[in-house]
Amino acid sequence: MMENGFSSPRNDSFPAGLRVLVVDDDPTWLKILEKMLKKCSYEVTTCGLARDALNLLRERKGGYDIVISDVYMPDMDGFKLLELVGLEMDLPVIMMSVDGETSRVMKGVQHGACDYLLKPIRMKELRNIWQHVFRKKIHEVRDIEILEGNESFQMTRNGSDQYEDGHFLCGEDLTLIKKRKDIESKHDEKDIGDNTSTKKARVVWSVELHQKFVKAVNQIGFDKVGPKKILDLMNVPRLTRENVASHLQKYRLYLSRLQKGNDFNNPDGMVKQSDSPLSDSAGSFGSQNSINLQPTDVSNGCYGFSGSSLVLQNVDPRSHDGDRKILVTTPVAEPKRGLTVDAPNPRKPRISQMEFGHPIAPPRSEVNFATFDSSFPSKYPWCGIPGIPLKQEHNPLHLNDGFSHLPMPRQKQLTRADYPQPAPAISSAPSLTEREIGCPVKIKPSRNDYSSNACHVSSTASAVDSIPLQTKTNSTNHQVSSTSSMENQGLNMNCLTGVESSRKNINLGMPPFAPLDKDLQVCFVPGDYYMNLGLQNIEVPEYFDPSLLTDVPIHLNDGLRFDYEFYDPTEYSLIDQSLFI
Amino acid sequence: MDRNQLRRQVALTKQSLFDQGLLDEQFIQLEDLQDDANPNFVEEVVSLHYRDSARLISNIEKALEKNPLDFKMLDGYMHQFKGSSSSIGAKKVKAECTLFREYCKAGNGEGSMRTFQQIKKEYATLKRKLETYFQLAKQAGPADTACRPK
Repeated sequence: MMENGFSSPRNDSFPAGLRVLVVDDDPTWLKILEKMLKKCSYEVTTCGLARDALNLLRERKGGYDIVISDVYMPDMDGFKLLELVGLEMDLPVIMMSVDGETSRVMKGVQHGACDYLLKPIRMKELRNIWQHVFRKKIHEVRDIEILEGNESFQMTRNGSDQYEDGHFLCGEDLTLIKKRKDIESKHDEKDIGDNTSTKKARVVWSVELHQKFVKAVNQIGFDKVGPKKILDLMNVPRLTRENVASHLQKYRLYLSRLQKGNDFNNPDGMVKQSDSPLSDSAGSFGSQNSINLQPTDVSNGCYGFSGSSLVLQNVDPRSHDGDRKILVTTPVAEPKRGLTVDAPNPRKPRISQMEFGHPIAPPRSEVNFATFDSSFPSKYPWCGIPGIPLKQEHNPLHLNDGFSHLPMPRQKQLTRADYPQPAPAISSAPSLTEREIGCPVKIKPSRNDYSSNACHVSSTASAVDSIPLQTKTNSTNHQVSSTSSMENQGLNMNCLTGVESSRKNINLGMPPFAPLDKDLQVCFVPGDYYMNLGLQNIEVPEYFDPSLLTDVPIHLNDGLRFDYEFYDPTEYSLIDQSLFI
Repeated sequence: MDRNQLRRQVALTKQSLFDQGLLDEQFIQLEDLQDDANPNFVEEVVSLHYRDSARLISNIEKALEKNPLDFKMLDGYMHQFKGSSSSIGAKKVKAECTLFREYCKAGNGEGSMRTFQQIKKEYATLKRKLETYFQLAKQAGPADTACRPK
């Protein structure tokens, strides 16, 4: 784990030597915090003014690992500082205040705080702050991987146009997608070339650079911006499209967070939140959303797949519900942590937020809340991991290799396509996969009830073997990170991990049932678990490049294609573009 | 013997501060933070608090003279003051601060002023008592180090 490379020279003693910048206008608290942090063997810098802190941070980029800031400061609102730090240095920021009003805490979280501590702050809270730094490192590593993955994904896309188009429909506003398509098609070919040469380049976004960026965005117009256009306008040597794209995502997220702040304040949102008891299964949220948003039939194929996964992992819905409830109650002990832990603006979450920021304005708040709730369950699943049945262990590993390319692109894609609905389902999905593999057959029947499509059945049968493998891959790759991101989800409402993203697909799967509406909801509760499992499979088709999948059992491929064939390709075409901004 | 008595008195004085609801566990945390590197940590923190909060108090006083009252500003000042009070575990003062802010939110000028007088009173009381306590503690000497009578 340590090889993730902390900038501090004392790698081996981590978290000792963690470089903490404390910002508070109250000298008394500064003195106390300095002492406390030193007792934790952290390296402390204190700052009485937010502006000074910002200057310090700008002058010494990479000089700090984490920032702890008071919320209320006379010279600059702590939230403002939080935004700037998040945008410019991408450091984890912990907010603190004597004021624990929910709305304040929420605001902090929305602005990207990774934690919100109430004064008086306790030693045990400070001792633990290294986790935010660590989590961030994990995310960064993953980001790079995603970048690489993205590359291969794009190639895949080129290779097999047919398969990619399925997923994105769901919540997206079609016109928006079209726009994206336009943008995309203009830059597509070049981009691929760019990518290969620049995948790992990282850019420090200085104030000047950021200002250039903002200027470019404004000049182009926010609706029409694409990384390439911005890049051209900025005209900065060595800056790559990927750099710009990633920053653009951050920036969009930032804007949508601001906007979301308003949503939160509106009473409707609040009502929704209270409406949804925690005991509600996350799945039901997901299904509702997807029904509303995705009238299309497109994802039928996906659904069939998930069905197959059902068979394999066979979850007993009831028992799951029970688990959930437990989760709901237990979190109370930990909720703070769970929620706060992950603030370190992982890029992913931002990306996702921004994506669905545009299209689904009204449902958005609803979705968010659902996500929020689901974050609790998500925690639980991971706890359950150690107890994973041996079965999973026994899954052939060679498949993992085969899929190793896939997960990354998949993530990327999903992230972009991101809809709010998927989140809820996501959280529970991993747990199911991990824990409930034991009893296969029960669920299947319910599946069949829903789907009269022959293709579902067939795919189920064929996909069975391979599905577990995919699951495995996912968990292996992302275990650590996904845990954190889930927590994140709770906070940001929108983080997507690989796991989560796969859940999205689940939602996609739903649409076919839209007509059933009522039935769907009822049935869905049991069904949502499958969906989760199925998600992973679903994604595969999109990325699907036969060459990448050579290791995958052929029947799996067949299954995928089969599903796809059921659908009219034209339906997909609109959708897929959303990925490629 | 004399020293032991003093120590007992120190302990009693401290206990009474808690019994009267003047202090909360934050004060104990401050004591825990005190070590060889900062043997007078608690006292330093407390005096820093009183030095700094005097400024906030006078800010609030000035703001309370305005007509009409700027409740938002008052609330902001009081937030700062409350934060600072929380640093030394001034429990009673903090409670009054909360009340004050509630009056601010309700736009109740009279209640704010009344509460502010109460805050100043509690603030001064605690200051006096803490000074006495530190004085005593100094006389008694550090709790566990060997203190040979001179």
